Amino acid sequence: MASLRIPTPLRVYADGKTEVNVQGDTVSEAMDDLVVQYPALQPHLFNGDDQLRPFVNLFLGEDNVRDLDGLTTPLNEDDRLLLIPSIAGG
Amino acid sequence: MLPDLSHSEILRYSRHLLIPEVGLEGQQKLKAASVLLIGTGGLGSPISLYLAAAGVGRIGLVDYDVVDYSNLQRQVIHGTSSLDKLKVESARDRMLDINPDIQVDVYNEPFTSDNAIEISRDYDILIDGTDNFPTRYLTNDVSVLLGKPNVYGSIFRFDGQVSVFDARQGPCYRCLFPEPPPPGLVPSCAEGGVLGILPGTIGTLQATEALKLILDIGEPLIGRLLLYNALEMSFEFVKLRKNPNCKVCGPDPEITELIDYEAFCGVPGYDHEEGAVSGEWDITAVELAERLKTNNYLRLLDVREPHELQISHLDGATVIPLGQLASRLSELDSAEDMVVFCKEGTRSARALELLASAGFRKVKNLQGGINAWAREVDQSLPIY
Repeated sequence: MASLRIPTPLRVYADGKTEVNVQGDTVSEAMDDLVVQYPALQPHLFNGDDQLRPFVNLFLGEDNVRDLDGLTTPLNEDDRLLLIPSIAGG
Repeated sequence: MLPDLSHSEILRYSRHLLIPEVGLEGQQKLKAASVLLIGTGGLGSPISLYLAAAGVGRIGLVDYDVVDYSNLQRQVIHGTSSLDKLKVESARDRMLDINPDIQVDVYNEPFTSDNAIEISRDYDILIDGTDNFPTRYLTNDVSVLLGKPNVYGSIFRFDGQVSVFDARQGPCYRCLFPEPPPPGLVPSCAEGGVLGILPGTIGTLQATEALKLILDIGEPLIGRLLLYNALEMSFEFVKLRKNPNCKVCGPDPEITELIDYEAFCGVPGYDHEEGAVSGEWDITAVELAERLKTNNYLRLLDVREPHELQISHLDGATVIPLGQLASRLSELDSAEDMVVFCKEGTRSARALELLASAGFRKVKNLQGGINAWAREVDQSLPIY
């Protein structure tokens, strides 16, 4: 099962979890599984058309999924997904 | 031609001169360099201290704020003796104490679309030490339009990000973040907190990147984003690519001059919390105190996190942290009069939107939060 890292600002919507396991053969399926496990994350990640919101950066390993095949990018068992948040503190 | 170093400068910088990658010529490059630091707060503190000590010849400081007591937990360039002083002046005095051989130019004003190009034009490198989205997008766009590198750093609680955005050679901030998050999703440090040492770590990394750019040594963080977490003591890197559709650095840019960044981000460009609160839903602390005298059926809803209750709380308030509110609406009665509050009014404004969209019509937002209550009604409570 792939793992997914939840960024600090979104942990409040995922029971405070840092890293969760997600199931799926593609990035899209894994994200669906994520919001099934933590429905409160849904509005923060997806817009009305079920597309990732433009400020949500999802990386597979060290590559942005936008630079791969987007949500259809295939996922392996030991892959690690990383949600990178916009943070602005200084 | 590079400027000469005096004998006292040679002694001052001797530990640099001993490193072959720096040497005499490198130190002369530092002396000839100019860096504009936007923000003299948490990130700006170590950046300004180290760039001054390293002998960067001209450093510009932009900040509109004064030193506040709550800054001192992390903004180590300022001290208790500089409370209420202009930050740029407090920082300049400390930098010139460290190194009187450098020049420090101060701009005691917010960095805005009106002045940003003019201020930035004469500097080699911009460093983003700001604390809000509008000024970050502004700094990025200025760096792209003027063709200068933007040394980026950003922090939240225990997390930090660092990169070097240089659109001439790699991606810009907008390539990674084409749009800001909706207002309120990502709390500011004033609302969400930050580990005091974190800006020390991240700002020091930014200063390192700036020096590397000036000296033209090593591998700058162009095209890479560093993700730091203090709790895990983890440093991860991800690759950043230029976005071919980037609105400012793409081949067919939409943005060819500075825009209205506050409108673009939906939040104020400087750290005034009251800007985030919507007018007609507001109730002031004094008005709330009056209403509580006559209305026994007014419910107070505290949407802060449980650990904040130990700092201050209002007796009888129902506590539902903002993150749980959507799933716990059934605990509330939409027929009741209700006043929502948090620390300063930002999270409660978001709670109010959520309640309004769920059909709650009799809800008000306590303007300025429990801190305003502590200031205006009950001085026995601390302000945090």
